Amino acid sequence: MKRKILDSIIEKIIFICGILAIIFVILIFGFLLKEGFSFFKECGITKFILGKFWYPTSDPAQFGILPLIIGSLFVTVGACIIAVPLGVMAALYISEIAPQAIKDILKSFVELMAAIPSVVIGFVGMVTLVPLVRTLFGVPTGLTAFSGSIMLAFMAMPTIVTISEDAIRSVPWQYKEGALALGATKWQTIRRIVLKAAMPGIIAAIMLGIGRVIGETMAVMMVTGNAAHIPGSIFEPVRTMTATIAAEMGETVRGGLHYRALFAIGLVLFVITFLVNFVADLFLGKSKRK
Amino acid sequence: MKRFKLTAVIFFAVLFICACTRPKENGKYGASMQIKGSDTIVNLIQVWAERFVADKPEMNVGVTGGGSGTGFAALMNGTCDIAMSSREIEDKERTLAENKNINPVEFIVGLDGLAILVNKNNPVDNLTIEQLRDIFMAKITNWKEVGGQDRKIVILSRESNSGTHMFFKEHVIRRGDKNSKDEFAPQSLLMPSSQAIYDEVYQNPNALGYVGMGFINNGIKAVSVAVNASGAYIYPTPDNVMSGKYPVSRPLYLYTDGQPKGMVKEFIDYALSDEGQKIVLETDFVPIIN
Repeated sequence: MKRKILDSIIEKIIFICGILAIIFVILIFGFLLKEGFSFFKECGITKFILGKFWYPTSDPAQFGILPLIIGSLFVTVGACIIAVPLGVMAALYISEIAPQAIKDILKSFVELMAAIPSVVIGFVGMVTLVPLVRTLFGVPTGLTAFSGSIMLAFMAMPTIVTISEDAIRSVPWQYKEGALALGATKWQTIRRIVLKAAMPGIIAAIMLGIGRVIGETMAVMMVTGNAAHIPGSIFEPVRTMTATIAAEMGETVRGGLHYRALFAIGLVLFVITFLVNFVADLFLGKSKRK
Repeated sequence: MKRFKLTAVIFFAVLFICACTRPKENGKYGASMQIKGSDTIVNLIQVWAERFVADKPEMNVGVTGGGSGTGFAALMNGTCDIAMSSREIEDKERTLAENKNINPVEFIVGLDGLAILVNKNNPVDNLTIEQLRDIFMAKITNWKEVGGQDRKIVILSRESNSGTHMFFKEHVIRRGDKNSKDEFAPQSLLMPSSQAIYDEVYQNPNALGYVGMGFINNGIKAVSVAVNASGAYIYPTPDNVMSGKYPVSRPLYLYTDGQPKGMVKEFIDYALSDEGQKIVLETDFVPIIN
């Protein structure tokens, strides 16, 4: 009897823990919607998303987040271009080529990479990378989207490597042996068989990496220069959505227009990351079913 | 049984909420106060706070930066006792505060000159207010137009929550004209702190930024400023600010909610005392003349 009661209590506690995550996400989304929509009602959603000027404290204030969306996009795409090939190749090396000893060392270092706080990465980047980018590329300032991309690539790598490595490792060994038995070289096997079979998992890994990159704030704020200006190239300063929220949240008065505008940015960001995660889930589900 | 459970839940909930509220009145539960706001004067206030509590071990003063706007927001949200600011409170903010039953009272506690910083290797020594305005509005984009090398100008500004940002916008970009709609060029880099501006100017020969006079040292160069091309170029020194010759200077403020009482009053009295004003000079600001 007693055991049964204990059992049911613990079961309930676990159930609550499980359901809490969902409740929190719904609550956060509801809160964002409430604050964001009251802003859209006042200022109009198209003017907000397509507006070219972000002067939140001027009178009259201008809330156009197009430069911020493009800024986030530049930094994210740049980070992907750097992190995806590096990450996938590192995963291939770890799971297919590296001898056991190196494999262990590499894996633990990649996991360690994920543990570095973003503010530390940002600080190191500000001191070392920013002056380097300026002198190396001869641009007026090193505080550019490119610097942000490099820092973010660094942060997305662990996610991409660990999850792609899982996907590659779970490719059935029969496939590989079949390919090798037919006379394919190791590289042909990897390229034509292993990569193809693991592709859904790798895409999911990339999507999760992107999700992390879009949401990253601190490191980006420190190295991208934060100019709310539509950039002409990746070597110009940009301002991302996350950095805007972080930099301006402290100054706003609760309930004010600026405050709600920041929540509206949060809503846009939430929708973007939600879509990215959704796509990742689709691919992850596909790879599981196989 | 069920009712008992409900009562217990409510009891603990109430207890929890009570434990979370902060006592509003100072001095009742071991005196402590919070000062928030301008990054420009945070160093000065910090020194005041340290000396102020030196012989009063029962008192506690917390000083946090973040920008003048942050300070006003905190005063309105009830999370600080004194807001420090490098600009006057805006009419808009005053109305917002009054709607929240908060009545900001102003104290001028010192003066500050805004130094225009350039890299040590930049040959430009003098600029007029007109030139500064054109540079910050991106009408002048190359150093050779103001007598320097053929380099692109990188404009560094503070975030829009900074009082320094507001002051510079009103007095240099808009030249004191209340109806002017001129803004910082969107290309300007919004740096999260005065230190970040200093760091970028220190390592980048293209950069130009503005910070409080306290930041002048051997690592960078402060330019002399003239009201117009026929006027004299004045270097930012305490004497020039006190005499009113240096054109980019401003008062530093403390704001309290209503007439100060108790510990808050003691602190403000201390700041305005001879000893307090001596510290103003020590921290590279300019004392107010009695």
